[in-house]
Amino acid sequence: MSEQTASNAAFIKIMKQYGGIFLSLIILCVIFSLTSGRFLSVANFTNILQQVAVIAIAAFGMTWVILLGEIDLSIGSIIAVAGMVGAQCFAFGLGFAPALAITVLAGALLGFVNGALTAKLLLPSFIVTVATMGIYRGLVSLPTNGAPAMIDNETWTAIGSDSFLGLPIIIWIVVVLFLINHILLSKTTFGRRAYLTGGNREAAVYSGIKVDRLKISIFMISGVMAAISGVLLSSRLFSAQTNAGMSYELDAIAAAVLGGTSLAGGVGTMVGTLIGALIIGVMNNGMNMMSVPYFYQLIVKGLVILIAVWLDVRSKRAKA
Amino acid sequence: MDPSVQNSVLTIRNVTKSFGPVMALRDMNLTVRPGRVHTLLGENGAGKSTLMKILAGVYQPTSGTVELEGQPYAPTSPQDAAARGLTIVFQELSLCNNLTVAENILATREPSSMGFINDKALVRQAAEIVRDLGLPIDVTEKVGNLSIAQRQLVEIAKGLSIDAKIVILDEPTSSLSDNEADILFAIIERLKQRGVAVIYISHRMEEIMRLSDDITVIRDGEYITTRERESVTIDALIALMVGRRMDEIYPPRDVDAPATSIAPVLSVDNLTHSEDFRNISFDVRPGEILGFFGLIGSGRSEVMNALFGMKPATGTIRLDGETVSITSPVDAIAKRIGFVTENRKEEGLVLSHSVEWNISMVALQSYASRLGFMRGRAERAAAVDEVKRLSIKTGSLDTVAGALSGGNQQKIVLAKWLLTHPKVLILDEPTRGVDVGAKFEIYKIIRQLAAQGTAILLVSSELPEVLGLSDRVVVMHEGRLSATLEGDDRNPETIMTFATGFQS
Repeated sequence: MSEQTASNAAFIKIMKQYGGIFLSLIILCVIFSLTSGRFLSVANFTNILQQVAVIAIAAFGMTWVILLGEIDLSIGSIIAVAGMVGAQCFAFGLGFAPALAITVLAGALLGFVNGALTAKLLLPSFIVTVATMGIYRGLVSLPTNGAPAMIDNETWTAIGSDSFLGLPIIIWIVVVLFLINHILLSKTTFGRRAYLTGGNREAAVYSGIKVDRLKISIFMISGVMAAISGVLLSSRLFSAQTNAGMSYELDAIAAAVLGGTSLAGGVGTMVGTLIGALIIGVMNNGMNMMSVPYFYQLIVKGLVILIAVWLDVRSKRAKA
Repeated sequence: MDPSVQNSVLTIRNVTKSFGPVMALRDMNLTVRPGRVHTLLGENGAGKSTLMKILAGVYQPTSGTVELEGQPYAPTSPQDAAARGLTIVFQELSLCNNLTVAENILATREPSSMGFINDKALVRQAAEIVRDLGLPIDVTEKVGNLSIAQRQLVEIAKGLSIDAKIVILDEPTSSLSDNEADILFAIIERLKQRGVAVIYISHRMEEIMRLSDDITVIRDGEYITTRERESVTIDALIALMVGRRMDEIYPPRDVDAPATSIAPVLSVDNLTHSEDFRNISFDVRPGEILGFFGLIGSGRSEVMNALFGMKPATGTIRLDGETVSITSPVDAIAKRIGFVTENRKEEGLVLSHSVEWNISMVALQSYASRLGFMRGRAERAAAVDEVKRLSIKTGSLDTVAGALSGGNQQKIVLAKWLLTHPKVLILDEPTRGVDVGAKFEIYKIIRQLAAQGTAILLVSSELPEVLGLSDRVVVMHEGRLSATLEGDDRNPETIMTFATGFQS
């Protein structure tokens, strides 16, 4: 009996937290199923998940950053850098494992630069990552003078096209990274410290939290997630493109914010971000199926983000 | 000329202000006459600010009346008050650092046509005002480039640029050097000659004796007396100001104060900061409550921040006889020093997170495995214990800290430090903004901690609190330690004398 009320309370809590956004996702699905006969199918949903993977993974990293009250605008550029680093590794004759390791490390390094500039030079992360967004994007073109680089490593390209136990590998990667980020955020002291510091940086300092180190670590997580997104994107394209991941940071921010992450810091979950990414994926996919012109899609997406942020701010004000 | 009540410019009659059950002002009476400086004297929390805020239109009185030149006066906002000829210069700076002196002085009254500001006229008018007051300030300079003292002068200039009948100056000299204070006194003299009434709030006794014509003493929100300057002495004023019987809200010691033979747990030697304090030396024994008293700006909180690694300072800090280096809160916490800061909302709590998360915030690692995985049950059990032990009134452990009352919030801050089992616990204004009931409970907790052997540094602006709890009292004045008092010297008059820097 008491067990049942406890599980009821937990259910109510989950519905309070994610009910609204989950409902939006379902409503979108219903609308698109009615307007397009092909929308509601296993094949299409697998397709959506694959399309959304790159954004979702980048958004996991972005959630950490926004949770801390910061922003990382450079992840689109890091996505492109990652693809190019992988391609260059193969050009130097490295195998899959070392190439992957170097690519992920490159993401960590670029994230470290963002974090160190923000934490140690006390620059606003918005400014720092606007600058590094340009710098990193420029770096992508250095090895090839702006030309795309083909990737012919079969393991690398298999990531984007093969399946494992009936599911595309790309979806497995999203699931695993979701679980890692979710557990790190909700079950560890590291995650707790991120919540506390995002909620009140000053109080965190007085409570002995090493805020600078935390900030740098979190920008590194963001860099690593973006690099993994870059691996997936380049494997699906069989190449590293200099304009890959352009403006993906905006989709990642949108996914996190749709999922309830507060730009003021201190609030947000990986579950919310995953649902937010799915909403963006469903919108893209559904509107494509309805043959909505691209420029209308931009308008609709922008409006959806505005409404989500407005709802977020409004509920904050109601609490205060 | 014998000033009579008839020529009063401002008359306050039986004004009472209560905030819920708390009476901030009770039956206040005050008569302010033109061309005279009327000083309000009282300890922090005596009700001066509440009275000023009523005059400025920030608060409305619960009952009672105010008359300005014989007309009823009930301003609804500071703008309204200004329109009636009352201007107030607050002690907190309210200038925009990114704008120039001229832009600040004439803010919202810039000379303009069709919305375009006439910059030349702006500078000319502001320069006139500044020259008129005899201030050595360039009006085209950005306020951010000025020293704090100069900013205070700009603030005063801004207040006086409105043609006022009554000027209220709230601790205007708190950040001024003697030189700049002299400029201010000259300005006040000129205001008097113009027939302006000045209401003056300050803690500095010499200054009060030099400037005032009338002095009104307020204590615990009640009017005590009004005297003319010639008829009182500093000693008499101090006695009037603090002359209350020790209330029963300070729980007595159950255990004797630690013997002087016990070695100190913390010794501080010549602690010095470039601006805020110099040559501070004291020690505290386990189980001792060492009070720190001083007026605003005396540097007490700055010393505590230095001890906690939040402010660079030179000098020696020894814990249990060993010299230690504390350069960050991480160091201080590792050495088992705890710090309940004076601003719980800014530095103490994460208001948007739960009671449980706030309580476990500092001792977080104790509720996690070595790999950093939270042990949720241990954390919750600790939070439940603390909520019970400190009788924190909260709906549940998941209630956000911001939803609780001031007293309960303060108990949460205490709880998070108690979980670290500190050897030395710094309490900076532990009962600020806390209701009387919670105050009593916090005092009991402080007593218990001391009885268990925690050394306590108790910083407070409330003299009764310092007297009621501490074994010894360190008195600070303008960044220096002016006395360490114990035994019979630990009395209000002596403490106040050292705190105001007036020792004969």
